[in-house]
Amino acid sequence: MSEKVLMKGNEALAEAAIAAGCRHFFGYPITPQTEVAAYMAKRMPKVGGTFLQAESEIAAINMVYGASAAGTRVMTSSSSPGISLKSEGISYLAGADLPALIINVQRSGPGLGGIQPSQADYWQATRAMGHGDFHILVFAPSTVQESVDLVAKAFELGDKYRMPAMILSDGMLGQMMEPVILPEEQIVAPVKEWATTGTQDKRKHNIINSLYIQPDELEKLLQERYKKYAEIEKTETLAENYLTDDADLIIVAYGASARVSRSAVNLLRAKGLKVGLLRPITLWPFPKQEIRACIPTVKKFLVVEMSMGQMVDDVRLAVNGEKQVEFYGRTGGMIPTPAEIAVTAENSCKVSF
Amino acid sequence: MIVFERPKALCDVPMHYCPGCSHGIVHRLVAETLDELGVTGRTVGVAPVGCSVFAYNYFECDMVEAAHGRAPAVATGLRRALPDGVIFTYQGDGDLAAIGTAETIHAATRGEHITVIFINNAIYGMTGGQMAPTSLPGQITQTTPYGRDVKTAGNPIRVCEMLSTLDGVALAQRVAVDCTKNIIAAKKAIKKAFEYQIEGLGYTIVEVVSTCPTNWGLSPLKSLEWLRENMLPYYPLGVYKDIKVK
Repeated sequence: MSEKVLMKGNEALAEAAIAAGCRHFFGYPITPQTEVAAYMAKRMPKVGGTFLQAESEIAAINMVYGASAAGTRVMTSSSSPGISLKSEGISYLAGADLPALIINVQRSGPGLGGIQPSQADYWQATRAMGHGDFHILVFAPSTVQESVDLVAKAFELGDKYRMPAMILSDGMLGQMMEPVILPEEQIVAPVKEWATTGTQDKRKHNIINSLYIQPDELEKLLQERYKKYAEIEKTETLAENYLTDDADLIIVAYGASARVSRSAVNLLRAKGLKVGLLRPITLWPFPKQEIRACIPTVKKFLVVEMSMGQMVDDVRLAVNGEKQVEFYGRTGGMIPTPAEIAVTAENSCKVSF
Repeated sequence: MIVFERPKALCDVPMHYCPGCSHGIVHRLVAETLDELGVTGRTVGVAPVGCSVFAYNYFECDMVEAAHGRAPAVATGLRRALPDGVIFTYQGDGDLAAIGTAETIHAATRGEHITVIFINNAIYGMTGGQMAPTSLPGQITQTTPYGRDVKTAGNPIRVCEMLSTLDGVALAQRVAVDCTKNIIAAKKAIKKAFEYQIEGLGYTIVEVVSTCPTNWGLSPLKSLEWLRENMLPYYPLGVYKDIKVK
């Protein structure tokens, strides 16, 4: 049995990727994801893999594109401003049906913003991570253990559906240490028939491409790709319900703010208030049905984020006006306390449902 | 007896290039090289944005289309993932020396074992004739309608000269395909570049001074004259770096 070890979130992400069969890492330094790259620089040579510090985020994501085209499990990691630079490459990955893991250890923005934890890249991650019609898989862990587990999941689903996947972490999850059990089995990346590995003179050439100059051809291709997205929305959505069955008020929060919200729920339950937490684990696909399932019994939703309010849009779309949806957020790198969320929720309960 | 036929590494399809454009000749030289070295089966080509973005339809080897300027980074990813692969990029002047300058310089200085075929025709072809980083002083283009004024639009970049200063570069050679003699020399340079890559000597680049009759607004024949009179004096042909020649 695997031992429990104490690990920093960022390092756990890196080790989990190696365990998932990732042998190629391309990145560029940025706070607060630094430990991912530093860990990879140490580990990759030991497992016969590639660590390369690229000249820019743009170069790094295009190296990812090349290594993915060659059929490998490949990743990059960055933080908010760096992810903006990668968005061109992520659009190309999606357009060429290439899987890859992109880690965003979010900090505050816009611009250079700050280096403290934030959740202000929700729109960027879920509203199409670049130009054009597309989605990427977005996973939002709220513990170091879950970060590890979701890395394996992200690689698996990325390969299965041939699309990029993102772990949307943040400076708090990346920098904190928690006990974690790493997977014992080392996964070997699957063989990909479509990859450009060289024909070996045995097959017709493979082409990796996102260019379709005929509009009818591109429309048809996108419609097909969106059928895949619809299938993913049906089958791959993940969320956690915590004390929602009898809840009058349900807090909806993901990642770091969900950890704090969970503590707030415990405080309120101790006071006898029926408050629960619904925690989206996949942000795309967004757990609409899981939220809608609460509508018959809940009286009100409260969305808590470390932003000015982004995921709240998706909650409102899911609830579709059938129940009230309120918002509480801290931003700029500020983390809400359990007490301030509890006070907000308690006040919200006092106002007529 | 067949004395001249299509190289096996070239697909049997019509190309979309304009009459008098150099791409067709250079494609052929690359394909002949792959045939002669017997490496088509382990070759992956990278074609970024530009007129040659459709090169993936023309080569029998595996092909990857890349974003504008990013071919050296994509080729780096392929290189690291396929240790036995033969990797080449096929880039234009805007791609290599404007939007992709950082990727070009860093792939070169890392000494990535890749071969870069660089088409320098001093203009943006695909978008309809705008100033390129290699457009000549005084050259009229869509975005330099009064001629390239180096005081405001800057000076052209001599890519081989610049890259030859970097330690990772194994071969930097400038050729042309305007006449039979030069075509034969160009073929030799391209073959040498692939051979150096396969030997693991470093980054190799062959710059081909090329024509763009459509966007130059000249006939194919006049284009060749313009190339000899204007481009070759500014971009002298020759070997700028050869790691085997001390």
